[in-house]
Amino acid sequence: MNVTLRIQRFNPETDSKPHWEEYPLDVEPSDRLLDALHEVKWHHDGTLAFRRSCAHGICGSDAMTINNVNRLACKVLMGDLGARVTVEPLRGFRIVKDLVVDMEPFFEKYRSIKPYFINYDPDPPTERYQSQEERERYDDTTKCILCAACTSSCPSYWGNREFLGPATIVQAHRFIFDSRDQGANERLEVLNDRDGVWRCRTIFNCTGACPREIKVTQAIGEVKKLLLFNRMV
Amino acid sequence: MMAAITNLFRAVTYRGQEGQIAWMLHRIAGVGVFVFLAGHIFDIFLMAFGPDVFDALLFFYHQFFFKLLIIFGLYLGVLYHALNGIRIVIIDFWPGMAKYQARLWRIQLGIFVLAYIPSATIMLSRMFDGS
Repeated sequence: MNVTLRIQRFNPETDSKPHWEEYPLDVEPSDRLLDALHEVKWHHDGTLAFRRSCAHGICGSDAMTINNVNRLACKVLMGDLGARVTVEPLRGFRIVKDLVVDMEPFFEKYRSIKPYFINYDPDPPTERYQSQEERERYDDTTKCILCAACTSSCPSYWGNREFLGPATIVQAHRFIFDSRDQGANERLEVLNDRDGVWRCRTIFNCTGACPREIKVTQAIGEVKKLLLFNRMV
Repeated sequence: MMAAITNLFRAVTYRGQEGQIAWMLHRIAGVGVFVFLAGHIFDIFLMAFGPDVFDALLFFYHQFFFKLLIIFGLYLGVLYHALNGIRIVIIDFWPGMAKYQARLWRIQLGIFVLAYIPSATIMLSRMFDGS
């Protein structure tokens, strides 16, 4: 099938602002958008910059805005995108070059909620046991791959870059609701800040953008409710 | 200002689903209601300048166009804003309802139509009756 790939380009060394360039391609409907981007980079314009690593929807490095919605380039089939495909870098982040954005503000917020296991008890002689129900409680939010598709789709984040963003709250949820973890209060203090969970306007763009189908808005709601009533829901 | 325009562009062009449309309408309705309330506070303030000034403003309020604005602007905005607010409160207090958010949005629109059309019709008919 013949498609036109319309890619937003930006070279900080020569451009003052981003512009669009079009690439006519012959692709298979079963090709992924990542394959089409490779086709452009390897056979049309080697200066095109974009991130990718595993190419199988696990590493989360090739999130971008495809036809005006955030997706992973390695999980979208060309047959599902139509004859004219627009590709632009994730919104809300500074563009480094072409489709590569500066993720440092994103990871800075991620680190602020202490995304690691905290337990002040002496190390037990065996592993820390957990029932299936206790594990199930936070199972959904363990699936996050930190691709930033959710945070970049959030109008609250577009309006206020200090907002922690959905991905950070999802990561906090993963540890707060872990029965073995003891760092909930430290994380809730950060989440209760004026730029924490209360900036969420329940818009659901994050849930729609998540390539792992995490119920992001629900997770944020559970953290809000925990803060409001100071009890697990 | 440029940032606001950029964000507006993002909001209009991003292909979100029901939640984004609901949020945008919520904001538009909210701003509209705020403008009306600000105007209302201003007209009460004009009372301080005597009855003539206040009556002049009332004349404006009684114009046909302004009455239409009440029905198709203020009333529509307040009703939508209130119903959407209830939907958000439901999801905020019962996060499990998030998975039904698209259905809740359609129910909200149904209630909106059922409430708005009859009441707006009554308001319009009274307007034309002159009562």
